Amino acid sequence: MSEKFVVGYDGSESARRALDFATERARAQQASILLVHVLEWSPYSFLSAEEIQERHKRRREEMERAEAAVITPVIEVLTREGVSVTPFLRYGKTAEILCDIARDESALQIFIGREGHSALEARIFGSVAVALVQTAPVPCTIVP
Amino acid sequence: MIRNIFVLVAICALAAGPAQASVAETIDSIFAASTGWFVDLIFATLPTAGLIGVDLPWIVGWLVIGASVFTVYFGFVQVRAFRHALDLVRGRYSDPKDAGEVSHFQALATALSGTVGLGNIAGVAVAVSIGGAGATFWMILAGLLGMASKFTECTLGVKYRNEYADGTVSGGPMYYLKKGFAERGLPLGGFMAVMFSIFCVLGALGGGNMFQANQAASQVQSVLGIPTWVTGLVLSVIVFVVIVGGIKSIARVTEKVVPFMGIGYVAVALMILIMNADMILWAFGEIFRGAFTDSGIVGGIVGAIIQGFRRAAFSNEAGIGSAAIAHSAVRTKEPITEGFVSLLEPFIDTVIVCTMTALVIVITRQLMIDAETGLYMINEAGRIATVGDVAPGVPLTSAAFGSAFSWAPYALSLAVFLFAFSTMITWSYYGMKSWTYMFGEGKKKELTFKIIFCVFVFIGAVSSLGAVLDFSDAALFAMAVVNIIGLYLLMPIVKRELESYMKRLKSGEIKRFH
Repeated sequence: MSEKFVVGYDGSESARRALDFATERARAQQASILLVHVLEWSPYSFLSAEEIQERHKRRREEMERAEAAVITPVIEVLTREGVSVTPFLRYGKTAEILCDIARDESALQIFIGREGHSALEARIFGSVAVALVQTAPVPCTIVP
Repeated sequence: MIRNIFVLVAICALAAGPAQASVAETIDSIFAASTGWFVDLIFATLPTAGLIGVDLPWIVGWLVIGASVFTVYFGFVQVRAFRHALDLVRGRYSDPKDAGEVSHFQALATALSGTVGLGNIAGVAVAVSIGGAGATFWMILAGLLGMASKFTECTLGVKYRNEYADGTVSGGPMYYLKKGFAERGLPLGGFMAVMFSIFCVLGALGGGNMFQANQAASQVQSVLGIPTWVTGLVLSVIVFVVIVGGIKSIARVTEKVVPFMGIGYVAVALMILIMNADMILWAFGEIFRGAFTDSGIVGGIVGAIIQGFRRAAFSNEAGIGSAAIAHSAVRTKEPITEGFVSLLEPFIDTVIVCTMTALVIVITRQLMIDAETGLYMINEAGRIATVGDVAPGVPLTSAAFGSAFSWAPYALSLAVFLFAFSTMITWSYYGMKSWTYMFGEGKKKELTFKIIFCVFVFIGAVSSLGAVLDFSDAALFAMAVVNIIGLYLLMPIVKRELESYMKRLKSGEIKRFH
């Protein structure tokens, strides 16, 4: 069984760096990449009646968009480079989902990038990196 | 779009011009005269004076019997499934694969923000100022029984909704009346669906609109001194901007603020109760005494029962069918889970929030009691005299909160305004769904309804409470007449679902995820 690296990826510049960093190591260790894209979602947010009515449609659109804009381009590039990659598209809290997938897939490591918020910003708005450091079941690499 | 808004403002400004006082009176009298027959029909009384001392409005009996029948027929589902309902809302049975779809919590919160509102603040004040503290007992009982009605209608709402290719859904009593009747081979389903839609449009204009505008305007007038026509105008313009202009951000912000308002309202009420902790037992004593003995109110015990049931139905909308429209959009494999979740609504709305309002009014001694006889003092209008002789409705609740915290009336004004607004937005959606059910979808048809809706905001704000309240009740209860007939005929279908679900829950076939 080959080793698995979970990479949190949202298409941003920093996520890109984390992916590159993880890909390099994956290639060296013959590991495969689990590419995880999380659409932030809370089942406890408040919606208006119209939003509720259209939710299923919106969800489908959001997933299609994420698939086309974020996931597919990366898969194409990585596959061409000969790196094995499995995509995951999930709704929820980013840190929680990354941990769940790492656990379920018995991954070796989690890689994410960070935006470089100040400590204060991270404290107020919350930060995936901080949440991961506190809860991850496997070692994490946070790529600046 | 902008031009339309200006035209509407201009029309309203003309209507509300210098002679606004007399215009308001004219609108009020025209309104009362043109809706009187409908009100009389719905509130016609049965000749029961010889039996129970007062003529019983048949509609009150209708609602009580309906709620009791569902309660017994489903084996006290409100008790049996209460815990499971909480587990569903907490997401314990939600498949993580369905994340991103509307959750049970979201459906409940949205339906609640349509029901928790002025019915809880103004309606309860009306109930106790006519029916005395005892009305509270009957209101709570009505809330508990109403949980079964809500369960029945929301299960059917999900089961018989329409799903379209683009992923959107439409549901509600009009759909289950039509499709459910057809499935059981019953006639007149289509006719019932149209009748429901007509009454739902009227209900949206009445209780979901005019009553809200009326109470918001009267509270703003009594606290801040702003004339009712100004508030009416402002409200109708904001509603216009949101539902016609499609400025969804306002609705979205309200949707997010209102739940916190509701929590804040209960918190302040709790604070007042804690401050008067030594009187809580006395207050409950008053409630029981008023519920079972003659406390001097018009109509005696039966008067208290009528007020309690009437205001409870108005507040939690159980049996009326409106919640079925909101709940039907939830994606779930088991329609009945939405029914379970919805039965929490009358509990939160009536058993918790309404009771808070009633307790605060009773405990702050707003209702005047004759020291010698121990009976309520009745004024010329047939209502219980209150401290400071404030109007029934929001002003009474406001006076009660104000006697504990001087800032409370201002906070309440804001809450009333926001509750009124969010209820209007929710009901404009219910009204619209019924309107398009009858006339079909299309930009022009929808616009017609929306403009009518905005005009009624203004009419509601300047009319007198009596006429508005009677019409609002009458329209809502007319919905209940049609809806409950439908529920009686379709309840075996719900029972089948209930039994099958409970069996699978017990055997573990219904999986728990968290």
